[in-house]
Amino acid sequence: MKQLFQGLVPVCRKEFIHIVRDPGTLFFALLIPMLQLFLFGFAVDTNVRQIPTVVYDESQTQESRQLLESFANSDVFQLRNYAQTREQMYDAVRSGKARVGIRIPYDYARRLQQGSTATVLVLVDGSDSTVAGQAVSTSTGVTLRESLVRALPGGNMPIEVRPSVLYNPATRSANFFVPGLVAILLQVMTILLIALSLVRERERGTLEQLTMTPVAPLGLMVGKMIPYGVLAFGELCAILIVMRVVFLVPIHGSVIVLLAMSLPFLLTVLGLGLLISSKARTQAEAFQLSMGTILPSVFLSGYIFLIDNMPPLFQAISRIIPTTYYIRILRGIILRGAGIGDLWSQAAVLTLMGCAAILLAARQFVRQKMV
Amino acid sequence: MTTVIAADHLTIRFGSFTAVNDVSFAIGKGEVFGFLGPNGSGKTTIIKALCGLLVPTQGTGEILGMDIRRDPLEIKRHVGYMSQKFGLYEDLTVAENIDFYAGVYGIKGSRAEQRKEEVLTLTGIEHYMKRRAGQLSGGWKQRLALACAIIHSPEVVFLDEPTAGIDPVARRALWDLIFRLSGQGVTFFVTTHYMDEAERCGRVGYIYLSKLVALGTVAELQRLPEANPAGTRRIQIDTPNPSSMLDSVRGLRGVREATIFGRSIHALVDAAEVSSLQARLAGATVRTIEPSLEDVFVTLTYRIMENSQ
Repeated sequence: MKQLFQGLVPVCRKEFIHIVRDPGTLFFALLIPMLQLFLFGFAVDTNVRQIPTVVYDESQTQESRQLLESFANSDVFQLRNYAQTREQMYDAVRSGKARVGIRIPYDYARRLQQGSTATVLVLVDGSDSTVAGQAVSTSTGVTLRESLVRALPGGNMPIEVRPSVLYNPATRSANFFVPGLVAILLQVMTILLIALSLVRERERGTLEQLTMTPVAPLGLMVGKMIPYGVLAFGELCAILIVMRVVFLVPIHGSVIVLLAMSLPFLLTVLGLGLLISSKARTQAEAFQLSMGTILPSVFLSGYIFLIDNMPPLFQAISRIIPTTYYIRILRGIILRGAGIGDLWSQAAVLTLMGCAAILLAARQFVRQKMV
Repeated sequence: MTTVIAADHLTIRFGSFTAVNDVSFAIGKGEVFGFLGPNGSGKTTIIKALCGLLVPTQGTGEILGMDIRRDPLEIKRHVGYMSQKFGLYEDLTVAENIDFYAGVYGIKGSRAEQRKEEVLTLTGIEHYMKRRAGQLSGGWKQRLALACAIIHSPEVVFLDEPTAGIDPVARRALWDLIFRLSGQGVTFFVTTHYMDEAERCGRVGYIYLSKLVALGTVAELQRLPEANPAGTRRIQIDTPNPSSMLDSVRGLRGVREATIFGRSIHALVDAAEVSSLQARLAGATVRTIEPSLEDVFVTLTYRIMENSQ
């Protein structure tokens, strides 16, 4: 047992000295994730509000103005341009000045009074699917409501939906995105730091010297993981504090459980970093490989897109991405107040992945010595 | 003489490339063995195999009686290694580097203190303990690297081009250290490109194209028949301007090789032509000499190149 981890303590101590001696690297390693948290935390807002809208009101009646007012009151549309011709309206949408065009025909009021169907054209720019979807559903809702008010005597609605959103009542984007962002930032920083640290030794020839000593591969690997794990854990705490204090994302579950269940994820990303460094010959290569892990973990982990909506192949890929499991843990504890009982299986998968990555990296390391 | 390092028909292949081809030698306790050969000829590969980092394709080797195939871990505990890269952590201080290697070799407590004391006195680096390794000069880096490589009091030390890029004073200091340790019974295996260093060694091996082509004391090598082809003599031509004369000497009848050596030309010539050469080279004095170690290796290399063509 002792032989299996030979050299762990001196490697660990040495690695702490490296970290302390290089405050520049340390500073940027800790600061950049924090900056990104602020940047993305403030920028990412998927709630669609105030879509610039162009209006071509041929009717110019009390009825048409009433309808437009309903559109404006929805908070989704911002009626900012008034077109005089049909072409002007199309131009405004094509040029991007407006994303939605509303055309009320000249016979709108007359048809309403006659009791026949009045048509309203809602022109939607489909180049941004989120905006288009929101525009279509809101305009349908607005006109439906207008129709009902007109059709029903007294204007009382027979049914009223009262949506009650659990766990994120204000449906704030920050609550949904920032916990996921924690996972991404933590992953990038940790993988990069540990991968560079091992590749640097390879470049400088100290790794060759180490292979001539009785240091065991696991002693070297784990000895490196401890200092960078401590660093990443500190960063996690800092990020969580900023999330709570600056972005006002409440943590519904236990903070202790959250921190404890972050450890398997740290294990996995540290293992991944080691695996990368066992493949990479130079620091530049290690950097590129580390960056290569970002896109899949952003797009296929459920951070942005719902995994349930993905084609089966991508759902399968998402299951081998560690971030997927950690985002579930983060959102579960932070947003839904879930506990160990609900999430232990996610943590178990991460632990298994982490151990596998470390063993693979150690094996790779043993093999490379043979060349 | 107890054999401490032994290679027994050692052959190492990487795929179809043969890095080491049927190499055998034995090195005794306290010997300083010089190992020469061009870059890529297999010197470092042999060291790695002997340290147990590489499993030989054929043949085997022994360090202190331990088989390199069976006891690689135990061998590492008794072997020191220093390469031209030194393997130092430049942002760590001298003391921290030594502490790290002591820890890695599992040396603890009072024994660690005692060993540190010993390597510090030996290398004389104690005045720089708080200095970062990266701020040391090449010579001091090399001494620190040696201190780290022998912290576990190894019986065998491999030095892979330890003096590459080091000034002459530091080189001599290192060799003094090597001989002091060898006097205490430590066996050294040193690779180098410097002939003067090779001449310091008790015995020398020369590896070319993965094969050990010469092995023996310097005097033995100088008398090798392959290095002194029958019917030839080595001569030294003393002339005021050797560089301008070199081309004409090379063109002379009976001259096989010629190269500049300081203010003279060394040449390998047919024995029958020696006396007539003196007459043909006006203003120069010609005398026969013993081949230098470099002459031996160059002649050996040329012969192998000719035979392989």
